[in-house]
Amino acid sequence: MFFLVIKRILLGLITLFIVSLITFAGVEVLPGDACTTYLERQAFGEALEACYQRLGLNVPAYERYISWAWGVLQGDFGYSLSGEMKINEVLGPKVKNSLVLASASILIGIPIALLLGIITALWRDRLPDIIISTVTIFSMTIPEFISATLLILIVAIWLEWLPGIVIVPTDASIYELLPNIILPVIAISMIMTAHMARMVRSSVIQVMASDYVQMAILKGVPYWKMVFRHVLPNALLPAINVVALTIAWLLGGVVVTEVVFNYPGLGRLVIESISNRDLPVVQALAIILASIYVGINLIADLTTLMLNPRLKSLQIKK
Amino acid sequence: MKTIVQKINNLTIGFQSQKGEQISILKNISTSINQGETVGIVGESGSGKSTLALAMMGYVKHGLFTISGECMFHSNNLLEMKNKELENIRGRKIAMIPQNAGQSLTPNLKIGYQIDEALRLHTDLNQAERDGKISELLNKVRLPSPETMAQRYPHELSGGQQQRVAVAMALAGSPELLLLDEPTTGLDVTTQAHVLELLNLIAKDTGTSMVYVSHDLGAIAQVSDRVIVMYSGEIVLDGPVRSILKNPIHPYTYGLLKSIPKLSLPGLPNSMSGSQPQPGSIKKGCSFYERCEFADDDCKVNSPSLDFIEDLNTSVRCFKHNELLNLNKLDSHNVKSIENRILKNEILDLSNVSISYAKQKFLDQLLNKINDTNPTVKDINININKGETLALVGESGSGKSTILKSIAGLLKTKDGNIKFEKNKTLSNDLKQRDPSFLRAIQLIFQNPDESLNPNHTVEEIVSQPLRLYFGLKGKELKDKIIEVLDKVRLGEFYLTRYPRQLSGGEKQRVAVARAFAAKPDIILCDEVTSALDVSVQAAVLNLLQELKEDFGTTYIFVSHDLAVVRAISDRVAVLYQGRLCEIGPSNYVYKFPSHPYTEVLLGAVLEPNPDIKPKLVAEDIVEEKPPENGCSFQGRCPRILGDICKNEVPPWQTVENGNSIRCHIKIEDLKNQQITN
Repeated sequence: MFFLVIKRILLGLITLFIVSLITFAGVEVLPGDACTTYLERQAFGEALEACYQRLGLNVPAYERYISWAWGVLQGDFGYSLSGEMKINEVLGPKVKNSLVLASASILIGIPIALLLGIITALWRDRLPDIIISTVTIFSMTIPEFISATLLILIVAIWLEWLPGIVIVPTDASIYELLPNIILPVIAISMIMTAHMARMVRSSVIQVMASDYVQMAILKGVPYWKMVFRHVLPNALLPAINVVALTIAWLLGGVVVTEVVFNYPGLGRLVIESISNRDLPVVQALAIILASIYVGINLIADLTTLMLNPRLKSLQIKK
Repeated sequence: MKTIVQKINNLTIGFQSQKGEQISILKNISTSINQGETVGIVGESGSGKSTLALAMMGYVKHGLFTISGECMFHSNNLLEMKNKELENIRGRKIAMIPQNAGQSLTPNLKIGYQIDEALRLHTDLNQAERDGKISELLNKVRLPSPETMAQRYPHELSGGQQQRVAVAMALAGSPELLLLDEPTTGLDVTTQAHVLELLNLIAKDTGTSMVYVSHDLGAIAQVSDRVIVMYSGEIVLDGPVRSILKNPIHPYTYGLLKSIPKLSLPGLPNSMSGSQPQPGSIKKGCSFYERCEFADDDCKVNSPSLDFIEDLNTSVRCFKHNELLNLNKLDSHNVKSIENRILKNEILDLSNVSISYAKQKFLDQLLNKINDTNPTVKDINININKGETLALVGESGSGKSTILKSIAGLLKTKDGNIKFEKNKTLSNDLKQRDPSFLRAIQLIFQNPDESLNPNHTVEEIVSQPLRLYFGLKGKELKDKIIEVLDKVRLGEFYLTRYPRQLSGGEKQRVAVARAFAAKPDIILCDEVTSALDVSVQAAVLNLLQELKEDFGTTYIFVSHDLAVVRAISDRVAVLYQGRLCEIGPSNYVYKFPSHPYTEVLLGAVLEPNPDIKPKLVAEDIVEEKPPENGCSFQGRCPRILGDICKNEVPPWQTVENGNSIRCHIKIEDLKNQQITN
């Protein structure tokens, strides 16, 4: 068990290393660089040279990568090229804001998804299932930027219940953020919830059709007892990994939604820094997003391992 | 007058087809179960026997519904009861022992909890009393150390142990009626015999009525007082076990019994043509008309009813039952003995073959070395002559399929080598094998559903070897495909069919055709009839034998079914835990089994005859790994000598009839011990 955890963490670190290499190479091969973007039409001759000198772009790429990577290992992402600010300071509050948004969506989305999935499975092919399934399939097919725009139109503009655009400073407290994140949370969690509900539904249906559930019924186990003891533990286990994937996938949704709502999070930063060729910021973002991704999957794998008696004893035997 | 526990009246269960038609799976079933009686329900897959058993608990599967009729348990119709009411009957009054105990135990709950759950629901015992009862039940089904067993999860038990747990769970509520749905299918022969013995004991002990559903007439014969034979959703025969199995008066039962290979009758059994009709396809006439050798025009138009015949105490659904009554009994001239032209030249030689499944360390993988002191298969020495059928038999885990895979090149050997036609060594690595060797050795798999590509038509499937090995194209290819299909009795119109449009027997024929298309010298048959119904199995066996006689092919035939092996093989090799125990001509091995394991194995075979009881010599403990030292069978051997068996690998001894065994006990002593028992 212990070795397995170590092995998984090591694999995660290797993944992160590869991610950093790929983002570095990706930004490197794009035409133009930070100085040409920054100087625009004056990007030639001495001005360009001076800019290169100042930003350290005259050093070969691999040297830049090594010195950057060394910094990251010590928790320092270096300086942003365009703003010439410490990246840690730029990112800090934005990461916090995005995390607030993502965790609110997850905390609301997962319980709703589980509930809907279980209801639709238990009432399979009957009215509750038909209604909920239609709605979930519908909301699964609408991309966030459309549902976000529609939400703004209906709730903010027509009904005037909630602010349509988030206008708070980047370092606003969570309390200040709260009323503003309601619409973004709805927009983000809609697809995720629908997706997860479908997964849970099919998983529960599969377990309901299994021999051991039929056996439990034939043993005379009362319905709800059967659902809670025999069905759900077995049906939700495989769902854990799906949930992890969905959460990781939600990060992408956060980026898009933030832009629509003008939310001061990572989303806008990603887009701005890519168009500014701000390599250190892009790299920092890539590493942060990838770490979250790897971390969530690691946690999901380990939870499954702890909860599944079959896998647990396999590990002990080894 | 006996008390009736359950009475079924005119029960019809069916489903709604996509066209909106009502299609019946059970048609007008009426029968009753008396107190203390064990009723066997027998039928092939699709006959509706499991649906009937479930209906007896008031359970109808998702998608099916009751069209008419009732299932009366005492004075209640189970099919009209509410779930709440059924919960008080299920597990308490009527309990079920499922087909596949491994899948019927909830994986995340401990054995003890699952039995405790039944006790809590159906008894008034307190916690301490229940704990005592759990141990008592586990003891009753003869599971070792009940206390630790209760703490285990289902996957930590062997198949036989899981089945015993299911029995214990069913007994928890002391039910009046016990339904058993194929309870021993999928278990090893020795385990099966032990579980059946246990069930017989329980029936005697508790006086519970039992309904035993199975496709296996051998198992039915051992446990039942009365037998119901089902065909295409109808009861076709219902009567006392002896009269049904010894003098069947329905043509289906008659044909079925003739198609079962028996240990006491060497040779290939007669086959029954055709297969069971799809539900809903028979609109009028007798549903067995198509396959019946006694039918006339009357049977085509009119459906026979289930008539009770006073003299025999039997109900039968056939116009012609009198004819069958006067027919000669099931006897030996229904068997075709096999005669193979065996040439004295060796076609395949396995010397000192060992195969390991152990996961290799990184360094060993790099060096292409296999490091395992106790490999799954060890020291196999077998010569196979041209034209011979050699059978490999043994229980699950005996390594028989593993050896086949190595011969085919799908699995690397650890040590030893495999030689083809005396001097051509078959490479360990499939990619380095000469294409002509690949053609020469073909494999037929157990399950045609998985071995035929579902997206290929029969034409494409059979064309593969022809194109690959002979480079045939166009008309030549098509003619050859038709010729090959003709050999396995499939007409030209099968060319465009997909595997899903074929019955189980037809699919296996296509697999046989694909193997023969390569004109192989050796065909490896891996449990080729295990997934088939009995009536179809006989047809496939006959086909294999005919093709062999035509082409002089050599077969290596792997099966767990000892009666099938008896029917088709010239020579048999008995394996235990990947080590050879005995090898010799089938006739002698079956008549005079010398090695203690062969004796145990053959003793446990169930014959479809209630008067031949299995002999249970050894315990059915399952060993996960072969022992490191000494004889492979030391753990279960009823005749173990002592330390010598534990420390030294037994030497080969030759028995007078040409079979050899690997045992420390002198052959004379073994014979004497067998006689005194």
